[in-house]
Amino acid sequence: MSGTYLGMPAFPRAAEMSTRDTQLRANLTHATHTIRDKRAKAVAELDDWAQLRAAGAALKDRTLRHLDHYLERLEAAVTAAGGQVHWAADADEANRIVTRLVRETGETEVVKVKSMATQEIGLNEALAEAGIRAYETDLAELIVQLGHDLPSHILVPAIHRNRSEIRDIFRREMGSWGRPAPEGLTDSPAELAEAARLHLREKFLSAKVGISGANFMVAETGTLVVVESEGNGRMCLTLPETLISVVGIEKVVPSWQDLEVFLQLLPRSSTAERMNPYTSMWTGTTDGDGPRTFHLVLLDNGRTDTLADTVGRQALRCIRCSACLNVCPVYERAGGHAYGSPYPGPIGAILTPQLRGMEGSLEASLPYASSLCGACYEVCPVAIDIPEVLVHLRERVVEGGPVTRGGARTVLKPAKGHAAERAAMRAAAWAFDHPDALRSGMRLAARTRRLHPQRLPGPGRAWSRTRDLPTVPAESFRDWWQRTRGTASERGIWPEHGTSSEQRGDAE
Amino acid sequence: MSSRDVVLARVRRALADVPRGEGPGGLPVARDYHRVHGSRTSAQNVDLLAENLADYRAVVHRTDAEGLPRLIGRLLAERGARTVLVPPGLDESWTAGSDVTLVEDRASSTPRELDAVDSVLTGCAVAIAETGTLVLDAGPDQGRRRITLVPDHHLCVVRVPGQVVGSVPEALPRLAPDRPLTWISGPSATSDIELDRVEGVHGPRTLEVILLAAGAGTGTGTG
Ligand code: SF4
Repeated sequence: MSGTYLGMPAFPRAAEMSTRDTQLRANLTHATHTIRDKRAKAVAELDDWAQLRAAGAALKDRTLRHLDHYLERLEAAVTAAGGQVHWAADADEANRIVTRLVRETGETEVVKVKSMATQEIGLNEALAEAGIRAYETDLAELIVQLGHDLPSHILVPAIHRNRSEIRDIFRREMGSWGRPAPEGLTDSPAELAEAARLHLREKFLSAKVGISGANFMVAETGTLVVVESEGNGRMCLTLPETLISVVGIEKVVPSWQDLEVFLQLLPRSSTAERMNPYTSMWTGTTDGDGPRTFHLVLLDNGRTDTLADTVGRQALRCIRCSACLNVCPVYERAGGHAYGSPYPGPIGAILTPQLRGMEGSLEASLPYASSLCGACYEVCPVAIDIPEVLVHLRERVVEGGPVTRGGARTVLKPAKGHAAERAAMRAAAWAFDHPDALRSGMRLAARTRRLHPQRLPGPGRAWSRTRDLPTVPAESFRDWWQRTRGTASERGIWPEHGTSSEQRGDAE
Repeated sequence: MSSRDVVLARVRRALADVPRGEGPGGLPVARDYHRVHGSRTSAQNVDLLAENLADYRAVVHRTDAEGLPRLIGRLLAERGARTVLVPPGLDESWTAGSDVTLVEDRASSTPRELDAVDSVLTGCAVAIAETGTLVLDAGPDQGRRRITLVPDHHLCVVRVPGQVVGSVPEALPRLAPDRPLTWISGPSATSDIELDRVEGVHGPRTLEVILLAAGAGTGTGTG
């Protein structure tokens, strides 16, 4: 891994590489199954889970349908509380803003708490170009950063590394970033965590600038919320003099009361705990407590384009709990890196093509990186119908149609004979060459189908009805394969399908 | 056009399908979930809080006003703590039974100075039984957020049953959003290495909670 997502091969080729990595597969299988089982227990404790889930979905939809209103309200509240709000239309602009803000402090080092938004825009690389060193402080992110690697899971980003690899990385790399690993460091998790604690404490105690994301922003009060376990978030949010939070515009929720829904849905879906160890909430700045300067950078970067798609917009409800990763048979075999963005698994398969557009071969292949088994929909705490969006996006890849890019409406050309279609076909071929992935997907589907809720229950249903639902039926993977493989073979653009096809690499 | 205008204009164009008459609160949200799960007396809430805190490997003690100074003195002595950070508004009687140097948190004290202190002693604003959570709101007996973060040992006193609520929906209305809030559920922890849970990565490695009963009685200081 090169430490950046640029130039990632399309899903099938990347998946092919990770599938051959038995260590990775064993780690992933262990992790996903463990978290999955714990989560089911944590959720079963609440007999109103279905109502909480429906409320979470409806609250996110309410926000999205009036996003302009809630963003303006949020901006006013943050400003009134002493914060400064900046707007970034795309990744470059967000990076320019953050770089300028750090430069204005005169500092050349910043501490960061895990943030997918900053990974999405490549902030660390942009800061490095400006001569600013960004230290990741989440233990897993530290492992990833020291290993010149990429995160592979939303919740446990270094799950593809085992303890002896981590010890080797710490021994080799810590010294060049600050305090070296202790002499005789073993691979016991407690010792490794202690080494990270000592290494990072030096950074925390001297840091003048902190950078974060946020899990929620409350429009009514201007409050930002960060949910975490280790305390590195609290360090970054309270010790520096300047705090810069980069947050996607979809993270806003209308009111203070709404947190009662999300603070129940998120921890149980994510870490399978009743509550995560630490949650920090702050509103602008507070005299004598925490940073004196607070900047909020509101990030678009493809979110408004996603919002413009009435089927795909539900992806913006996502609260990044990672539950959908842990039940996905394709993710389990392919690993997080194959998805080519900070958003792996089922949510990545629908979010990345929408945020970035579907012209590229990776983005065009992602809607096919699924067996449509529906397990992701079943676990999603905000009821995102991921299979519905996957089918919708497949239709766009194959047939083209209206899309919004950079705020402008345009028409995507059908992918016939195009690199995107070939990539998509290879993704299907990949899944077919991994009967395990397909079979367990189907088994799951058969087991869970009767549990699938019928769209949004209650008042959300009215809204579901008014939505522009796709006319294509949710075709089964096998049917789709039969249909498209047949067509492609007849057209003669798909001479072979099997493992060898992925080995040709991605020309485009 | 500023980026603000660009983004807001994009949002409005993207939402052309939303009916004109629909206001911001237009989409109904059913709040038919429970305010609290199950029915418990306030004493049962306190028991559940203790159980859930212990489940997260916080150490839980119970006492009353009379027994509190002795209990605090014993807990600090057991850890060999010589210096204890105290917020400016902490009840002085709490530390009357302790043979330690009290360190007042000052705006001028640096994180390094805080790092040199052995323990921190605070009150809390609200505690949530169902989730085993303590909420600190930077009130006078809790101090700035950093003081409960940097030292390795946090002793937190919860007044029961007054400060205990049943659930998350019951906690939020009791908190002021314009104050900095820290929700704490057990000590700092990570499961990043092969999903093995390790306590205390960056925050305090030990969290001890004292449930302080209201009214007079004999100090039992169990735990
Ligand atoms: S899509 Fe749903 S399940 Fe997946 S990460 Fe987002 S909120 Fe969680």
